[in-house]
Amino acid sequence: MFERKIFSTTAAAAAIASLAAVMPARAEDTVKVGLILPMTGGQASTGKQIENAIKLYMQQKGDTVAGKKVEIIVKDDAAIPDKTKTAAQELIVNDKVNFIAGFGVTPAALAAAPLATQAKIPEVVMAAGTSIITERSPYIVRTSFTLAQSSTIIGDWAVKNGIKKVATLTSDYAPGNDALNFFKQNFTAGGGEVVEEVKVPLQNPDFAPFLQRMKDAKPDAIFVFVPAGQGGNFMKQYAERGLDKAGIKVIGPGDVTDDDLLNNMGDAVLGTVTAHLYSAAHPSQMNKDFVAAYKKAFGSRPGFMAVSGYDGIHLIYEALKKTGGDTDGTKLVEAMKGQKWESPRGPISIDPETRDIVQNIYIRKVEKVDGELYNVEFATFEAVKDLGKTKK
Amino acid sequence: MTSILTNLFDGVAYGMLLFVLACGLAVTLGLMNFVNLAHGAFAMAGGYVCMVLVNRTGWPFFAALPLAFVSSAAIGILLERTLYRHLYARSHLDQVLFTIGLTFMSVAAVDYIQGSSRVFINLPAALQGQFDLFGVGIGRYRLMIIVICGLLTIALQMVLAKTRFGSRLRAAVDDPRAASGLGINVPQVFAFTFAFGCGLAGLGGALSAEILGLDPYFPLKFMIYFLIVVTVGGSSSITGPFLASLLLGIGDVAGKYYVPKMGPFVIYTMMIVILIWRPNGLFGRTAAR
Repeated sequence: MFERKIFSTTAAAAAIASLAAVMPARAEDTVKVGLILPMTGGQASTGKQIENAIKLYMQQKGDTVAGKKVEIIVKDDAAIPDKTKTAAQELIVNDKVNFIAGFGVTPAALAAAPLATQAKIPEVVMAAGTSIITERSPYIVRTSFTLAQSSTIIGDWAVKNGIKKVATLTSDYAPGNDALNFFKQNFTAGGGEVVEEVKVPLQNPDFAPFLQRMKDAKPDAIFVFVPAGQGGNFMKQYAERGLDKAGIKVIGPGDVTDDDLLNNMGDAVLGTVTAHLYSAAHPSQMNKDFVAAYKKAFGSRPGFMAVSGYDGIHLIYEALKKTGGDTDGTKLVEAMKGQKWESPRGPISIDPETRDIVQNIYIRKVEKVDGELYNVEFATFEAVKDLGKTKK
Repeated sequence: MTSILTNLFDGVAYGMLLFVLACGLAVTLGLMNFVNLAHGAFAMAGGYVCMVLVNRTGWPFFAALPLAFVSSAAIGILLERTLYRHLYARSHLDQVLFTIGLTFMSVAAVDYIQGSSRVFINLPAALQGQFDLFGVGIGRYRLMIIVICGLLTIALQMVLAKTRFGSRLRAAVDDPRAASGLGINVPQVFAFTFAFGCGLAGLGGALSAEILGLDPYFPLKFMIYFLIVVTVGGSSSITGPFLASLLLGIGDVAGKYYVPKMGPFVIYTMMIVILIWRPNGLFGRTAAR
């Protein structure tokens, strides 16, 4: 009987051992990327662009890297942090993904941060833009942007280009407040004056009274940050109220003139000056090819979210190449630090200290090119780090 | 001074818009005693019909507006005949659950068909921009809203107070049994009224796209505003919601202009204060039935 027991235990152990030997072998063939994006709801255009760009990248570069097949699993969180968390848990526990990626808004990226730390897998942020994000987990790497990058630069630019009095209109949530604070800091340091400051609710139906207030304050320009998607509403009402005719310009980070929506905004946006990381009109050959391929595949223009997704998947590919296909999360994050490459937006790199993106910020003006509206770049600030962190 | 008048003008336009959007709800809720939380879905339907006609098939904006009314009314009558009428006798909770479900279905359906990004209706040039009237900035589009909604309100009041249909409707509401005993086809009157309310919502949806923005979440985002209008105005007449809409519209715009820090809360504060003062709304009859 004793013997029997030993026998059965060994048999069981052997069975488990052989299973264990088989399972990782199968898992080792594929690398899974869990993509958590808002595919429905107000932020859906962000999700759509990132998903499209990743599809495009994988069509161009193939779906195998370092001998592994890359598999993408998309989950929709509708930009609701609770859903993000559930999706991340499912992806990590059930699907055993090697990366989590995407994240349309800051609260979503933050909701997943503790899970990335716990599971020790990289979280590649491809959209959300507040500075704090990468500080919430040593496994977070970002390929989009921070609002500090563009807002400080437009603040400097404005004050050097004859804009002395500015009224601000920003959405009342973390990225809006980041944009406002970083703009104000640089703008007032240069001698500019903020004459009016309005924070609008995120779910704001009608900008009219706020815009009337701006108009009566008679500033040289309005600094505006509203999430991509509301930009169209804002610009229409700006024109309706005749602020363009009153000589009040619009300046801001480039979210308000996202390439995705720019063409539908009408001629009132002409002359709007923004600072941002990407324009579909960026004059490099690489970008021309990227825009052409994207248009051909999806019938629309890529915006800054698309390019962030494109670079995000590139970073994942490069990290896998560097580890030789090793999927250990800590090694992958190490491999991502300090990566440098040429993106459709220009030269970019990952800051090894903060794991945040370092990129050129361009000053652009909305102009008509071949009957379409584009953000045409006219000045470049090179290799801008996230100032939100270095100031700390 | 001029900015006070501009704000007053904007507030009146916003209020009028709220009224057209919400008065159909006042009718179903107040006159028919039916809780229709899917009201916003009919408004959205009108908005999208108008958008598709104008942007995709090149209809003139003013020709598409009546179509927005007709199509929402048609959807209304279809749903009334097939679904809604089975719920008239049910509890309010059943009605709430049913219509909330309908709202979510409409959100998902529009999201699937049209995508979730916000759409705009291409306006004729004549409706764009502002003109100056003694220094007061008058938005052309908002002026049009005031004219259309003003005329509509007068017409509605006339129909309810002066016409044969109006008296039939009032009779059917006050005492359905006696009314049908007198030969009034009560279900038909209700169906027609319901469809008309939906049509108004559709028209409101088409008009509001420019100002409030149109996306698949429209019914969920604005349901609260419709309900505030009806609760503040009381639901037993048309004048109540009308005056409530104006009051809330002006209050909302003024609040956002003069105290932008707490602007969005002004409308809720007004509602609470009014309801403490008059729990049945400004013009509510106590215990109508």
